[in-house]
Amino acid sequence: MTNPRTVLVLLACAVLASGFATDAEAQANRDYIYIVGSSTVYPFSTVVAERFGRGTEFKTPKVESTGSGGGLKLFCDGVGVDHPDITNASRAIKSSEVERCAGNGVTEIVEVKIGYDGIVIANAISAIEMELTRKDIFLALAKEVPGGADGELIENPYNTWKDVNPELPDVRIEMLGPPPTSGTRDAFVELAMEGGCKAIPWISALKKSDSSAYKSICHTIREDGAFVEAGENDNLIVQKLEANPNAFGIFGFSFLDQNSEKVKGAMVDGHKPTFDAIADGDYPVSRSLFFYAKKAHVDVIPGLREFLREFTSERAWGDEGYLAERGLIPMPAEERGAVSASVRNLEPLTMASQ
Amino acid sequence: MPSSLETRKRVEAGLARRHRRERLFKFSGMLATTVGVVFLGVFFFDLFAKGSSAFVQTHLRLEVEFSADVIAPGGELDIAYADFDGLVRSALRAEFPEVTGRGDRRELYRIVSSSAGYQMQDMIELDPELLGTRQSIWFPAASTVDMYIKGNIDATLDESLRPISDQQIAWVESLRESGFLETHFNRALFSNGDSRDPELAGIKGALMGSFYMLIVTVVLAFPIGVAAAIYLEEFAPRNRWSDLIEVNINNLAAVPSIVFGLLGLAVFINWVGIPRSAPLVGGLVLSLLTLPVIIIASRAAIKAVPPSIREAALGLGASRMQVVFHHVMPLALPGMLTGTIIGMSRALGESAPLLMIGMVAFIVDVPGGFSDPATALPVQIYLWADSPERAFAERTSAAIIVLLGFLLLMNLAAVIIRKRMEKKW
Repeated sequence: MTNPRTVLVLLACAVLASGFATDAEAQANRDYIYIVGSSTVYPFSTVVAERFGRGTEFKTPKVESTGSGGGLKLFCDGVGVDHPDITNASRAIKSSEVERCAGNGVTEIVEVKIGYDGIVIANAISAIEMELTRKDIFLALAKEVPGGADGELIENPYNTWKDVNPELPDVRIEMLGPPPTSGTRDAFVELAMEGGCKAIPWISALKKSDSSAYKSICHTIREDGAFVEAGENDNLIVQKLEANPNAFGIFGFSFLDQNSEKVKGAMVDGHKPTFDAIADGDYPVSRSLFFYAKKAHVDVIPGLREFLREFTSERAWGDEGYLAERGLIPMPAEERGAVSASVRNLEPLTMASQ
Repeated sequence: MPSSLETRKRVEAGLARRHRRERLFKFSGMLATTVGVVFLGVFFFDLFAKGSSAFVQTHLRLEVEFSADVIAPGGELDIAYADFDGLVRSALRAEFPEVTGRGDRRELYRIVSSSAGYQMQDMIELDPELLGTRQSIWFPAASTVDMYIKGNIDATLDESLRPISDQQIAWVESLRESGFLETHFNRALFSNGDSRDPELAGIKGALMGSFYMLIVTVVLAFPIGVAAAIYLEEFAPRNRWSDLIEVNINNLAAVPSIVFGLLGLAVFINWVGIPRSAPLVGGLVLSLLTLPVIIIASRAAIKAVPPSIREAALGLGASRMQVVFHHVMPLALPGMLTGTIIGMSRALGESAPLLMIGMVAFIVDVPGGFSDPATALPVQIYLWADSPERAFAERTSAAIIVLLGFLLLMNLAAVIIRKRMEKKW
């Protein structure tokens, strides 16, 4: 009698055994590039990965979106095929992360700056044009704002944009933005909020005397409902802005670029968030995007050297390259030349260059 | 009899009120049902309204030449380095000879998908006889053209506000008039892996990932779940330990699925060393998730087998094991299978635990085994919903329709098994 139970058990064992056997093999020689990191760089990294996979004999790299911090954590866990080859980041690596990497044997890291990304404050296309300054943004969104006297802080009392700055419209402050886990939030807080915060002389003076107080004033966003954490899905923010013309949303330039008939970006410090203004550095709320590669993995993981070449080629990151079409704002030509030369020589990162 | 008369009077007095209450209760019940049905209707309507257009894709017909000068410069085929994009471009230029400026030509090249060159490459690889011939081929249009044809881009808006330019619209319209632009069934959606170009993106990779995961899940969870259920029902002594186990299994069924993902990351990836993103890890995590469901359903099925059958078998001299495997299990099997299928359909729809084990990733190559990097269908939906390109919105809805279709099929199978095979006593 054929016993169905025996068959099932045998099948289970067979599957497990074959699974583990091929694993061991795959672990011993991974034949695809493994990329982790920032969700902001993800759209660019995946485009390069896909073109690389189609255009060369190598396999298409696997790109995981883990956030900048999460990516660097995985990246610094060690050298070897179990660990990622590249991590994307929407900020530069921190010295503490370099130390952690070094502690785990990841000593030679190649830093590749790929371009810029602007963070826009957008509202529905039908709504009013906004002309903000970074100071307005800080006063509208900070948890505590300066009171009458120098050194005095009060709970943010502003309800409408007009309260913040008499030249702005009499509309309730309603800002949809990313949660604290997001790199976009980090960059927004650092560039827009802190930028406006610095415009207030006594807070700016605090930076030297009491840097932790300075940080907590400049980086803390109000929690009374004027700032709404809208999750990481930027498409959802765009939909909400369309439905509510009084609301504003914070997201990366590529989303504004793709949804230009639905939402428009507010002027910040006299500059519209356009491709050119961000590339020239006029638009103040913009940041650099990076990826980091492990030198030790080059020539071990097939295609890694060629992938670095592809990412730093003119047809990818050039002024008219395919990444620019996806909303990446290219660096000036000389800077691109310098970075691609250092990538070709695989010059490792030194903390002095930070 | 005065007292009975009085009772009757009291009943009559209260009758109207009781009837009113009953009507009210019936009405609120109806209202609740209607609200539920309306929500479901709105959801399905929205989904199909958005997603149905993703099952077709706009294609352009171009007359391309498999030029021997380009593909086989020295007389020998040089497919890997031939400039197929250039051949597509010259076909476009031949179609619109009046376009001369460099910028205008760049605009023109953008109406056809960037995959056109690869499509030609694949064709000549399959059939080298094509060399030197002219062929009329349907290429997928770029996603902006596709969105315009499907009416998802408002052409009355100012040119600067929409992703397709006036010139491009004019070219597309002239192609449409001459019959060189048609919408065809979107085969790429079912035959390709993920892509950043919406017109090339497909769910095959995600479907295969889900398939491999469910295989691992069913192979592990079904025998273990059934064996646990049989032991607990038929063999385990009733004491404090078995009570404790029972309580824990019931609690395990209610644990949020993300916790299983964390467990999978800690145990299977960090400790056992299975690679991230592999369907094997996903399947292991999902089998932990479905185990309690299967155990609970299987125990209920075993409990439903009347004790008289066990007693009769024992009375005829069968051993405990023979009772279980010859009599109880065949009768309980339909219930066990139903529970397993319900558990599987829950596993198919899960995405949270997969976040933790690296299956939320951009993977183009369709997985071919249990240890290839893979994603799953719900994860693919999540990734597409987050993509900036407009055309991904309809593809997200289409992927949801496919996922719902599979869930419906699985639940239907469970219902049919129950109806057909279940015995009533």
